Amino acid sequence: MLDLGELWSPIRLTLELAAITTVMLLIIGTPIAWWLARSKARWKEAVATVVAMPLVLPPTVLGFYLLVTLGPNGPGGWLAGLAGGRSLAFTFEGLVIGSVIYSMPFVVQPIRNAFEAFGERPLEVAATLRATPWDTFWSVAVPLARPGFMTGAVLGFAHTVGEFGVILMIGGNIPGETKVLSVAIYDYVETLQWTEAHILAGGMLVFSFSVILTMMVLEKRMGRPGL
Amino acid sequence: MPQSPLRTRIWSAATWFPAVLFAVMLSTVAKAADVKVAVAANFTEAAKEIGYLFEKETGHKAVFSFGSTGQLYTQITQQAPFEVFIAADQARPEKAVKEGFAVPDSRFTYATGKIVLFSKNPDFVKGEATLKDGKFNKIAIANPKTAPYGAAAVEAMKALGVYDDLSDKIVQGNNIAQTYQFVDSDNAELGFVALSQVAAKTEGSRWIVPEDLYATIAQDAVLLRGGEKNEAAVAFVKFLKGPKALEVKEKFGYGAGK
Repeated sequence: MLDLGELWSPIRLTLELAAITTVMLLIIGTPIAWWLARSKARWKEAVATVVAMPLVLPPTVLGFYLLVTLGPNGPGGWLAGLAGGRSLAFTFEGLVIGSVIYSMPFVVQPIRNAFEAFGERPLEVAATLRATPWDTFWSVAVPLARPGFMTGAVLGFAHTVGEFGVILMIGGNIPGETKVLSVAIYDYVETLQWTEAHILAGGMLVFSFSVILTMMVLEKRMGRPGL
Repeated sequence: MPQSPLRTRIWSAATWFPAVLFAVMLSTVAKAADVKVAVAANFTEAAKEIGYLFEKETGHKAVFSFGSTGQLYTQITQQAPFEVFIAADQARPEKAVKEGFAVPDSRFTYATGKIVLFSKNPDFVKGEATLKDGKFNKIAIANPKTAPYGAAAVEAMKALGVYDDLSDKIVQGNNIAQTYQFVDSDNAELGFVALSQVAAKTEGSRWIVPEDLYATIAQDAVLLRGGEKNEAAVAFVKFLKGPKALEVKEKFGYGAGK
């Protein structure tokens, strides 16, 4: 018998995780991208490299370090202690932290590219019109970089939805809390529940296709590649 | 016209590639006396030791893949190249025989396992009272759907009448090895692990769960179709039944099989 509630729970959880992660990444990632695009510091490429590292690191490396950091003997345990817990591993908050790190390059890179694409000129013009840097940022840079923000948000969201290895290591497979879509599919496959696995996996196929297609169409229409 | 460096590189690759391929093929032929064994995670340490003794005695090499019984079984149904299946229950090996993945009559119980409630903290686990008080944030068990040790843990908690109260605190390891890692890394204060995992350790606190609280974990092994004609696989199954393997099993706290 198909249990729809059981199927829906990981979908809802995954969407929540991806949405929160994307918002957090836009907040954290935008200043980083701005700095990377504008700074003349010689070590900025080192920072850019750190941001990009989750692209090439195996999820197990991230998962391992996260498990150590989130645990009771790491900073995560201290943070959890403030809220009365003892470890951030096996919590939704822990997954958000993991996802923010894991998906960061997918958000920062397109935004940085977009910031770099329009060059110094519009900012100089704004400055001659006596706009404050703060004002310039919000009314010139951000609107000009809109395609980059769109691409970053879409990619960050989609990549978080597709996260698996890290969550398998730090999640603890708790229904409604850490059992996300990819882990649920894994579980169904391992227990030979092909029907459920097919439904969720097929849904992911359609989802990924739509995301990438939407992004390509958007980029074409805006005429400015974000990546 | 001088050759471009790129072209030279491609040419040299074209010459050494077949040589490498040939060497790889040779090495697989030479390793024909290997046996590929799928092992339920609870038996990891014991299997390694048995594998070492097996190689010393017979010259054959056992190559192990570890996972939960359910995971490994799924892989077997998808034609994973395993030759022996060392499970943590009887149901999957039986199913393997029934569905034609294993050699009929080759199934036997190689050991019986026990679960233990374990914590890294020396004074933490004090018998069933620890479960009834529920003074902890997280308790780790193996995924009861794929790992027999996880199923036994759920059964024991139900028998004690604490399962409903504790269900919010349960975190699931993907197999009993990850479950133990959760407890050992102290991310979960305590957990139900296999006795074999902590039998050799003196630290922490533990409560060996009375065996009347859960059905005996009888663990079966079976010779898979792929290993039928491999002399090393047949030898390994025989070795697993033998006295040297029994010594190892007892050392890790397993009960004798049949």
